[in-house]
Amino acid sequence: MTDGTDDGGAGWFADVDPGDVDAAAAAIVDGQADDPADWPRLAVEAGFADSVDEYYDLLHDATVAASRREVREREGAADQQLVHAVRAMDDCERVANELAERVAEWAGSTIEDAGVGVTYARQLAEELDAGADTDVDADEGVDTDEGADADADEAADTRDPVVSLARRVRDLDDEAAALRAHVERTAPEVAPNLSALAGPVLAARLIGLAGGLAQLARKPSGTVQVLGAEEALFAHLRGRAPSPKHGVIYTHEAVRGTHPDQRGSAARALAGKLAIAARVDHYSGELKPELEADLQDRIERIQARDAE
Amino acid sequence: MTSLPAGVERREFDGRESLATRGEPVSGEPTDGDWRRWDPRRSKLGAMLERGMETGLAGDETVLYLGAAAGTTVSHVADFAGPTYAVEFAARPARDLLAVCGPRPNLFPLLKDARKPETYAHVVEPVDVVIQDVATRGQARVALANRRFLREDGRLLLAVKARSEDVARDPDEVFDEVLEALEEGFEVLETRSLEPYHDDHLGVVARPR
Repeated sequence: MTDGTDDGGAGWFADVDPGDVDAAAAAIVDGQADDPADWPRLAVEAGFADSVDEYYDLLHDATVAASRREVREREGAADQQLVHAVRAMDDCERVANELAERVAEWAGSTIEDAGVGVTYARQLAEELDAGADTDVDADEGVDTDEGADADADEAADTRDPVVSLARRVRDLDDEAAALRAHVERTAPEVAPNLSALAGPVLAARLIGLAGGLAQLARKPSGTVQVLGAEEALFAHLRGRAPSPKHGVIYTHEAVRGTHPDQRGSAARALAGKLAIAARVDHYSGELKPELEADLQDRIERIQARDAE
Repeated sequence: MTSLPAGVERREFDGRESLATRGEPVSGEPTDGDWRRWDPRRSKLGAMLERGMETGLAGDETVLYLGAAAGTTVSHVADFAGPTYAVEFAARPARDLLAVCGPRPNLFPLLKDARKPETYAHVVEPVDVVIQDVATRGQARVALANRRFLREDGRLLLAVKARSEDVARDPDEVFDEVLEALEEGFEVLETRSLEPYHDDHLGVVARPR
């Protein structure tokens, strides 16, 4: 066992003032040693702590502070923020669609010409706004917009719960659109080449599926090709199914716009370029327009095959 | 029935007997006074105890826990053990782990890669028990790399996840290979499948040689 003073490395507390949690946290994060040692005893001997119990208290504070700081740093990284945004966008869209179906179902029971989908829910919500605003103005003369909104909400609740629900759908749909705009603005900052090739939303989804831009950059193109098709992939690996041709990259025009017979080739070509783009983004961050041209060339050649 | 470590008891929750430890609840698990339920379905170590494996745990040990994730299992370990070092590399689960560490002064979170023990050897003291539950390829390598933390008479409690090594291969083949690789630094004392609590997982008790 080392005694903490040899070349194997010193304990985390070696150059730390016991009261300085920041320095302690930094020592936990950045320090190294080849082997463990009886750090509690050594810390007491070195005068870092008066007792082993006090040492453990200091260690607890230092490790919690260090981990908290690192979690914040890693989670706050731009690529992780992008992943949160695209997932929130998907959630809003999914829930808006689900509720819109409910609105259509419900409205259809009393209104003869009820439509379907988010579009109809929006229409229903607008109708209410037009009616509610005049009512509120006439009855109470509320002059602030916020007050009018709140009162309109209240009016909706008492008047027609279907219409009130339609308003929520509209708001969620607006939120989804705002999130999409946010993703479209930030993805090119995080991953310029990947966003140029895949489009910002697909780029964000790929980063999310890989767990981060660094992780995506380390994946071989065959993995990028089937990201999002894990279930089909594992069924294949267990010998129950053919190998999946594509995962989320299916939404890309290069795959979807290609004849089904050639989609496997198109997906492979696209995944290859996306993998390269992710690596360039992670390791250099420079925009390389030739990647996009290369991809277009390849896809055009593949798509030409089925014309023959 | 093998003996449970001091601080772990079988108690009744909603009419069913279950393992339990005393400590602050972490995720809304059922409680009975100070005691809170330890669900073997959410914990490999819980499953090892439930399956009656001879873990050698007596209570109050110094523990190095590799693969702490959100801290479900390590919270129970810290309830009955002494100083407990919890290593987890992923930032997202570590956020939950931090919440678990708050009220447990003997639990020390370390956001480190279990494959690189030199990055936390300046913090972790020699321990009585290494508990390992990491879902990466090369689980035997992780155990061997962390052997340096184990006292001579210490124990390695390992949950091997077959699918982390290779999703496609027969789990038994994977287990054989992992156990063979472990022999390089450990003497395997006992192995047992963790079914029905965890599919394709093998519980292993070993001591350093």
